[in-house]
Amino acid sequence: MARLTLDQKLAILSDAAKYDASCASSGSTKRDSRDGKGLGSNEGSGICHAYAPDGRCISLLKILMTNFCIYDCSYCINRVSSNVQRARFSVEEVVKLTIEFYRRNYIEGLFLSSGIIRSPDATMADMVRIARKLREEENFRGYIHLKTIPDAAPELIEEAGRLADRLSINVELPTDASVKQHAPEKSPDQIRHAMADVRLRRQAAKERSHTGRRAPRFAPAGQSTQVIVGADGANDATILGQSTRLYGSYGLKRVYYSAFSPIPDASSRLPLVSPPLQREHRLYQADWLLRFYDFGLEEITGVSKGGNLDLEIDPKLAWALANRAQFPVDVNRAERGLLLRVPGFGVKTVNRILGTRRHRRLRYEDLMLMGASLKKARSFIVAQGWSPGALTDSADLRARFAPPPEQLSLF
Amino acid sequence: MTGHVILPRIGTAAAWRDAARGFLSAGVPPEALRWSDGTGATGLFDTPAEVPAVTREIRVPRSFAGLAQTVVWHSDPARFDLLYRFLWRLRDRPALMQDRGDPGLAQLRRMEKAVRRCQHKMKAFVRFREMGDPSDARRSFAAWFEPTHHTVEPTADFFARRFADMDWRIVTPDVSAVFEGGALRFSVDLPRADLPEDASETLWITYFRNIFNPARLKVKAMTSEMPKKYWHNMPEAAAIPELIAGAPARAREMAEAAPTLPPLRMERVQEAAEAQAARHWEGPQEGFAAALSGCRRCPLHAGATHVVPGEGPSAARLMIVGEQPGDQEDLQGRPFVGPAGQLFDAVAQAAGVAREAVYLTNAVKHFKYVTRGKRRIHQRPTVGEVHHCRWWLEAEIARVRPRVVLALGATAALALTGDGKGVMARRGQIETGRHGGPVMISLHPSHVLRTPDAAAKAELRALLQQDLAAAWKIAEAALV
Repeated sequence: MARLTLDQKLAILSDAAKYDASCASSGSTKRDSRDGKGLGSNEGSGICHAYAPDGRCISLLKILMTNFCIYDCSYCINRVSSNVQRARFSVEEVVKLTIEFYRRNYIEGLFLSSGIIRSPDATMADMVRIARKLREEENFRGYIHLKTIPDAAPELIEEAGRLADRLSINVELPTDASVKQHAPEKSPDQIRHAMADVRLRRQAAKERSHTGRRAPRFAPAGQSTQVIVGADGANDATILGQSTRLYGSYGLKRVYYSAFSPIPDASSRLPLVSPPLQREHRLYQADWLLRFYDFGLEEITGVSKGGNLDLEIDPKLAWALANRAQFPVDVNRAERGLLLRVPGFGVKTVNRILGTRRHRRLRYEDLMLMGASLKKARSFIVAQGWSPGALTDSADLRARFAPPPEQLSLF
Repeated sequence: MTGHVILPRIGTAAAWRDAARGFLSAGVPPEALRWSDGTGATGLFDTPAEVPAVTREIRVPRSFAGLAQTVVWHSDPARFDLLYRFLWRLRDRPALMQDRGDPGLAQLRRMEKAVRRCQHKMKAFVRFREMGDPSDARRSFAAWFEPTHHTVEPTADFFARRFADMDWRIVTPDVSAVFEGGALRFSVDLPRADLPEDASETLWITYFRNIFNPARLKVKAMTSEMPKKYWHNMPEAAAIPELIAGAPARAREMAEAAPTLPPLRMERVQEAAEAQAARHWEGPQEGFAAALSGCRRCPLHAGATHVVPGEGPSAARLMIVGEQPGDQEDLQGRPFVGPAGQLFDAVAQAAGVAREAVYLTNAVKHFKYVTRGKRRIHQRPTVGEVHHCRWWLEAEIARVRPRVVLALGATAALALTGDGKGVMARRGQIETGRHGGPVMISLHPSHVLRTPDAAAKAELRALLQQDLAAAWKIAEAALV
């Protein structure tokens, strides 16, 4: 076989990496290279340097170190039984690509993942070598996200955490049973142990020693994970239940939901339908409600049938429609928690309402200036000069929001 | 007659602040002033306004200062005037800053947001090309960019913080930023220069084309975040129309493609992986017991009292492997101490084998059982549990390095040879174990205990004794 050029390798190994949804580059330690001795900065908020036509942001150089893999996970394009073309970057090639892309302002940093070659330790050691070279030889101060291999040696994880901003391990599927079925070589137990380990190390790094010295930082941008939606039969309640447990147990920064998307040379064991993008979107909305709006899992998944979220309307609206007794809410009186439950009000809108309310009473028009989505909110609120009247309890309220019914095609 | 205030195009924010402080302290109302940055036409009756000296302390809410520092960079010619008008109202109503319903404030906040967005897009979408030699000690890059607002000056510091170890310039139709030798300067109307071809740009386009997933086309999500007005200065954007056009066909192809047979190397790879992976626990002997008691490789640990490691001389010539700890073993934490263990001791004595001379252990180190009433009923471990526990068993074999291993019963045979079937047919024979050494198969003492018929019991016991004696003989003579 002819040797692949760098361009060909990049094509193969970025194609192989695109099924990882995470591209966040935010929330790490602030640093820059003002001293002239290094390259790069990180200012807290992430930057999306480009967007692909699939609507996903491109913030990091997201590549696999190699797509050779000894595992046979049926949903993965790189599984050992797939006929996809294989390639492998050298350490120097990844470092060069990262630095050259960064200097041209294409990226915020590197997201490095890998197929499992030889053994978990050997793979993880190579990934750590790349991060070390970037940080120590190139003095790179941009963002690094490393995918950790669950059963790699603790010393490697320790070093990875000191070099990288974020570590992640994918739980892949919503239940242990489906992991067993679709990814026979992976162990959900071991994945959880690895996440627990990262959490403990992060905790330890935050504590000062008795002399007041701080331990070296460990993965300051936290850890995240990804779960594939639609490859197995799990419903949304199961998926969100898993996420709640993960957020609670391991202090994850994010759980990414990735609609299972057809892959080239797919395994015959999986449904090759178009990815359930709307479902993915609703899961993210529900995830936000759970984390920032103080909703309980039961409240969100309890209002629809079969434990799945309503695809036609967003979960907050669905909850409001099922709990109309709590509405309308008076924007001039209601407390923060209740305002956050109004469909069409976000955290920012609520903060603005609370800020303005200290000075005067709010009119309907004021809400428009505050960024509220009144198309949704109007049925659920009372403001000066506005009352929804019978609207809140009208039978056809849902129909005002859901897309109109469509005649099925006969052909 | 209105006074005309002309602000410079570089350093606009500071100039506006100074002018506004002066006019405010002199009590000049907004109607008496016309503001511009000198690029628009001048009114016929305008006279250049002199900025009065600040004669008293001017206090404004901190939040207004931040707002003004951003809004001055907006492209709207009325921005200075709007800011001054709002500042004028703020004199006796500082709380106005919290009133998000005020139309004047809402407009300024909108403008602020537009500038911030423009700054953010500039940080994201500026694309440098290399100007000098890549081997130069200080490399040199340049970019051409067309911002919507006057965002170069307030954003340049971001680039200076990020790219401090190289020279760079961002040239725009408005104000350009030049960073050379660590010093940042601004310049107006710098001509647009042709930028040389850059090989890394080709790689970037390759990356952009391949990171795109054709199965999930969401063009609107892309264009709302990356408006088309930026595209012509972004090298990767040229590929977008083609990617969109080809996406449905590519997605259909993936769905329709028949599943293929796995490649030939798959089997080889998986075999090699199995052989390569660490087969057993590796570490100093002192750490073995601690590591073993922390074992969570299978769920059996949850119900057990003790993990039961093997015991015996560390250089024993014969290793005897049973199935798993039983009720008594679990309580005491020692192998072969229950009823089966007692039978084993008796048989061993009869066979002339001293218990102290052999290494005794089990294939599985935790007790597996179900509770019936108040009793714990032994359960045979599954293949998976045996597989997980081989991690420990093989570590013991690697350490003791016995000349022969005696497998008592099907579970031990499975753990040692990978096959637990037909033990009675295989017993008494030597096989090669997974660890590469000789393994003799025999039956488990509890098989003898469970057999009700006295004659059959005696016969099985004799077989066990015979195997034990044979294994001992081999171990002593080491003929194999």
